[in-house]
Amino acid sequence: MSEQINVPTMAQFMAQGKQPEVLFWVGCAGSFDDRAKKITKAFAKLLNNAGVEFAVLGTEEGCTGDPAKRAGNEFLFQMQAMMNIQVLNGYEIKKIVTTCPHCFNTLKNEYPQLGGSYEVMHHTQFLKSLLNEGKLKVEGGKFKGKRITFHDPCYLGRANNEYEAPRELLGKLEVELVEMKRCKSRGLCCGAGGAQMFKEPEPGDKDINIERTEEALETQPKIIAAGCPFCNTMMTDGVKNKEKEDEIEVMDVAEMIANAADL
Amino acid sequence: MQYLPNILFLLLLIAGIGYFTKNIRKVIRNIKIGQEIGEVDQKGKRWSNVLRIALGQSKMVVRPVSGLMHIIVYVGFVIINIEVLEIIIDGLFGTHRIFAVIGPAYDYLIASFEVLALLVLVAVAVFWIRRNIQRLKRFMSPEMKGWPQNDGNIILYFEVVLMLLFLTMNAADHSLQDMGAAHYSEAGMFPVSNHLLPLFSGLTEGTLVMIERIAWWMHIIGILVFLNYLYFSKHLHILLAFPNVYFGKLTPKGQLKNLESVTNEVKLMMDPSADPYAAPPEGAETPAKFGASDVMDLSRTQLLNAYTCTECGRCTSECPANQTGKKLSPRKIMMDTRDRLQEVGKNLDANKGEFKPDGKQLLDDYISREELWACTTCNACVEACPVSIDPLSIIMDMRQFLVMEQSAAPSELNVTMTNIENNAAPWPFNQMDRANWINEN
Ligand code: SF4
Ligand code: SF4
Repeated sequence: MSEQINVPTMAQFMAQGKQPEVLFWVGCAGSFDDRAKKITKAFAKLLNNAGVEFAVLGTEEGCTGDPAKRAGNEFLFQMQAMMNIQVLNGYEIKKIVTTCPHCFNTLKNEYPQLGGSYEVMHHTQFLKSLLNEGKLKVEGGKFKGKRITFHDPCYLGRANNEYEAPRELLGKLEVELVEMKRCKSRGLCCGAGGAQMFKEPEPGDKDINIERTEEALETQPKIIAAGCPFCNTMMTDGVKNKEKEDEIEVMDVAEMIANAADL
Repeated sequence: MQYLPNILFLLLLIAGIGYFTKNIRKVIRNIKIGQEIGEVDQKGKRWSNVLRIALGQSKMVVRPVSGLMHIIVYVGFVIINIEVLEIIIDGLFGTHRIFAVIGPAYDYLIASFEVLALLVLVAVAVFWIRRNIQRLKRFMSPEMKGWPQNDGNIILYFEVVLMLLFLTMNAADHSLQDMGAAHYSEAGMFPVSNHLLPLFSGLTEGTLVMIERIAWWMHIIGILVFLNYLYFSKHLHILLAFPNVYFGKLTPKGQLKNLESVTNEVKLMMDPSADPYAAPPEGAETPAKFGASDVMDLSRTQLLNAYTCTECGRCTSECPANQTGKKLSPRKIMMDTRDRLQEVGKNLDANKGEFKPDGKQLLDDYISREELWACTTCNACVEACPVSIDPLSIIMDMRQFLVMEQSAAPSELNVTMTNIENNAAPWPFNQMDRANWINEN
């Protein structure tokens, strides 16, 4: 994974008087979190590889405001939203793809009322559409026949009713997909949503990510596939807590596809 | 004297329905304590939800055992209501099995009631076992202690008594028909109560008539008592499920509503041409309060939710916080909201419709902060609820109150929010470094 990636910014496109097909919304985790940055890069490589003309906002991107809103700070949320909408509308953005289901949900559902209407896709949906258009080839490679379980991100699944796109991609990777007991619309949260990521959990008898990891481990997977940088962190921590990190990897679906293609 | 039973029946009916109506009006008044919800959109979609989710019970069958049993009791309830209609007409006009005029179809109608009655008895037995022998976890939560648990059982006993009275009435009637007793013309088919006939063999006509009449009266009185019990019980859902589903959320579950009052303020702040010292435009209302600390701050839909909640605990049993031993239980959020609303309602009754501050509120006195902060906003509770209740929306409104009115967020969240405010990320990284990942290896 050393090959140089080509990630232009909107400002650069603008300077050339051009408009990209799609804006890649990287998100805070994708920009700053070391683990999540790998997902960001894997996805950028897939975009490069499929010949998609895309751009990022770079330093002009700011937190969508999701954690602020869900912590109860509507004011801060709307400040963030308005600033982002100003930038997005300034660049006349029509279509956005993002690797974070929280950004996805907020941009897609909560921005339109504030004046920011875009076509917003989660990266698994976007990859699926590339696949359908024949721009992306997904082959099993090293994942063929591997036992894999998929953890549904709440903000992709229940929040926005998308359960199939990631599974379809995993299907193309020819993995042996084993579902957890609680999956799809009844999938258990990883414990990060609603700004929980940024605080200690309330007293209880277990952390939510441990409960979820235990459930994932019951399926005896080689890989726990995820579609959200926060789920990824939570599940990775869970696997470490169970001292299974040498046997089980937590990977984003995009990373798996990039990996299978040796990108 | 000949009309005494008819008059008695009429009075009973008026009393039963009258008291029920009085209480229902109270429910409606209490719901109206909540904030108005504005124009209701997408009426077609809403009606189709009522058909599918409320009438069609589509979400009940997610859990097959309880779902199936519930459908039996529900269909039993709806169909047997046709019988109640007949009882009412017979009672008022002194007729006997008036619907028998429809001919052979009546036989099948009665037969189907009987079969359903039997099935209901079986289902009720299963429900009772689940609550009292198996003691399913979701019926044993702390919020179920005391009245809620008894309430659940009382309803089951009601069902048993009503069904047994119905079958006894039919069996006695059938015996009388076989004897050729006057007034008891041949009508109906009794596949279930048939088996009770031996119990009555050898009884005189007079005794049988008495048994039949007692069962008949007790049955209708039982139904009227049950009707009036609803108001005091979680069982209001048999009526409120329908409007509740109608008013349910149609937008994606992940979409939380944006506060318009905040939007106006933010717009003003971001508009460089706005004069910060200008007086607010005419008619612009600054809201008295952000978020909710008591039931009057909640919307009418949320209050309707609270009355509709049937305390099944499907939400709580899917809640990640509750499953890992946190105090939060979405069912308790709904029960607390209803309890507080009832308290406020009583306050209104006692003070001629004027609310007299009682030094209590939903926040802290009913729902603790610890519960509110344990929520991951995962929507599992919303997804699980078979009658489209949204406990998450109440949690969010109350968090909003804590943060926007009281600055009472947990300290780590205050740090997070300060970071977002200062560097547009929840962590203390500089926004100027946001694109660094591109060139890192
Ligand atoms: S949204 Fe909150 S209350 Fe509802 S299930 Fe998830 S954590 Fe529990
Ligand atoms: S909110 Fe819905 S799921 Fe939860 S207890 Fe009430 S009726 Fe059941």
